[in-house]
Amino acid sequence: MTIASVPGTLPQELPDQAQPQLWTNVRYWLGNWKLTIGLIMIVGLTSFSIIGSLIVDFDRTKVASADFNLRPSAEYPLGTDNVGRDIWALMIHGIHPSLKVGLIAGVIGTLLGVILGIVGGYYGGWLDTVISTTADIFLTIPSLLILIVLASYIRTTTIEFTALVIAIFAWAGPTRLMRAQTLSLRERAFIPLAKLSGQNDFEIAIKQILPNLLPYVMAGFVGAVSGAILSLVGIQVLGLGPLFTPNLGMILQAAYLGAAIFRGMWWWWIPPTATLMVIFIGLFLISIALDELANPRLRERAK
Amino acid sequence: MSIQYVLRRLGIFFLIIWVASTLNFIIPRLAPGDPIGAILGQMQTQGATVANSAEIIATFRERFGLDDPLYIQYGKYLWSLARFDLGYSIAFFPAKVTDIVGNALPYTIGLLTVTTLITFSMGIFAGALLVWHATPRLAKIVITFFMMLAPIPYYLLAIIFVSVLAFSLGIFPYSGIVSVGRLPSQGFDLSYILDVLYHSTLPALSIIIAGVGGWILGMRGMMVTVLGEDYLTLAEAKGLRERRIFFAYAMRNAMLPQFTGLAISLGYVVSGATIVELIFSYPGMGYRLFQAISTNDFPVIQGITFFLVVSIAVAILVIDLIYPKLDPRITYNRR
Repeated sequence: MTIASVPGTLPQELPDQAQPQLWTNVRYWLGNWKLTIGLIMIVGLTSFSIIGSLIVDFDRTKVASADFNLRPSAEYPLGTDNVGRDIWALMIHGIHPSLKVGLIAGVIGTLLGVILGIVGGYYGGWLDTVISTTADIFLTIPSLLILIVLASYIRTTTIEFTALVIAIFAWAGPTRLMRAQTLSLRERAFIPLAKLSGQNDFEIAIKQILPNLLPYVMAGFVGAVSGAILSLVGIQVLGLGPLFTPNLGMILQAAYLGAAIFRGMWWWWIPPTATLMVIFIGLFLISIALDELANPRLRERAK
Repeated sequence: MSIQYVLRRLGIFFLIIWVASTLNFIIPRLAPGDPIGAILGQMQTQGATVANSAEIIATFRERFGLDDPLYIQYGKYLWSLARFDLGYSIAFFPAKVTDIVGNALPYTIGLLTVTTLITFSMGIFAGALLVWHATPRLAKIVITFFMMLAPIPYYLLAIIFVSVLAFSLGIFPYSGIVSVGRLPSQGFDLSYILDVLYHSTLPALSIIIAGVGGWILGMRGMMVTVLGEDYLTLAEAKGLRERRIFFAYAMRNAMLPQFTGLAISLGYVVSGATIVELIFSYPGMGYRLFQAISTNDFPVIQGITFFLVVSIAVAILVIDLIYPKLDPRITYNRR
């Protein structure tokens, strides 16, 4: 375990080393190139989009704000689409809403996953059977299909609502991960020790198990964010997403319906495709880096 | 194989179908307004004038039992699903949902079975090679490259393939399942089958290349663990041949947990393949689903979802029943 301190077990050996140790950890984590590159990709895209939104006029994302099907030029760096929207402006205003959906669904999914995973893994019994079976079933049901049924009845209009809908399926993966880790943590020596020192179950869950789960919580979160964005774009390519806020899935769907590929309008379909790839690869790099940091065996091999 | 194990697996099989069907039952009833009114309203906006719609709505409500209490509706719904009675399509009215699904299902099942088998076996072999000490450096670089493709969704790869291989280079067709105008009735022979394979190559390739990375990644992790085990050191000390250690000792043990992963990943694969089909206008379930969505054909949307979930549940059941045969260490009451 990389976040080395096991709280409560050896208090006399950890007097006031907390500060230097934190620094060592930060330096050590940034020393992992996958984490660094992944973070640069995601943070870079996010800040590019947010800062750009303040500079580039939102009106340029509106229909007929320009001529149709223009090639890239100085005025329109990525040209325009078949209804006269500036693709450069669409991209800048469209990246952060897509990431926001991932963030909302990811936070909800991870929070539920941590709570359900710890409860199931720590208490066991019938509660654990119910939680883990339900999580397994939600993992096996093709979430996209249920989301499609849902979205075709309730035509979602806002980004936030779509995120909530996607969160229905975002909890199962993190729950499974947290439960498995809690199960193995429960067997460690410091849990009975904490019990002997008078901590109750709730305190043990918060003070002993949760800190040790942190790397997995982060890995689960990154996975949930990536899964949510994947679902979002999937729903949108089928024409069922929020259509009024510019976002990557919407641009991609418009390019698909507008036969951008067959009309040779590369400036229309390449930007959303490439950006989505950067997002998915960035999140993936972060998650395998977190995996390596949490699992020393993989780390040795990865050098 | 103990009866208890089989019963437990059967239980999971029905649970998956039940949960998915129940979601399918609840969701439309969460939508504002009543479903029949919504459907008639959509028919009207699409140009059809529906005279005395109020009467029709009342008749339909009675016909579909929408005036019954919810639990009776739910019971009837489950009973009709159990008999695979999914009603009629709205967009192609006299056509039964089961017929529409039946026409599309073989294409999807065929595509998914072939691609999943290829992806799985290629993935675990490459993943094992990636951490094996005797693998040539070049092979490791190639495998790592494919591993890095793991996070890329199927549909993005499909878009790129359509653009490069079908549109720019024109090596492969970009839509359909056979050449334009060709019908199976004109002769279902070898050349017809080859035509189908030719048209299926790009969709299959997108699914395989986008999917193989995940297996490489999973196998790599498991292989690292297995390579650290004592019995591998022992095998080496006994002087067994490298090839035998690799296949019979390391790979065999590392690939077993991947079968559980296979069961879990099927839902994801089906979701992804749905959109790949759409991009290639491949006449399977995904493409029909898109058509049904654009025409608000709710019974077809639900029917397709139901049949895909049943297919996945069947596949998982099969994997679960084979698994104890492959790994004798697994006790039959594995949870």
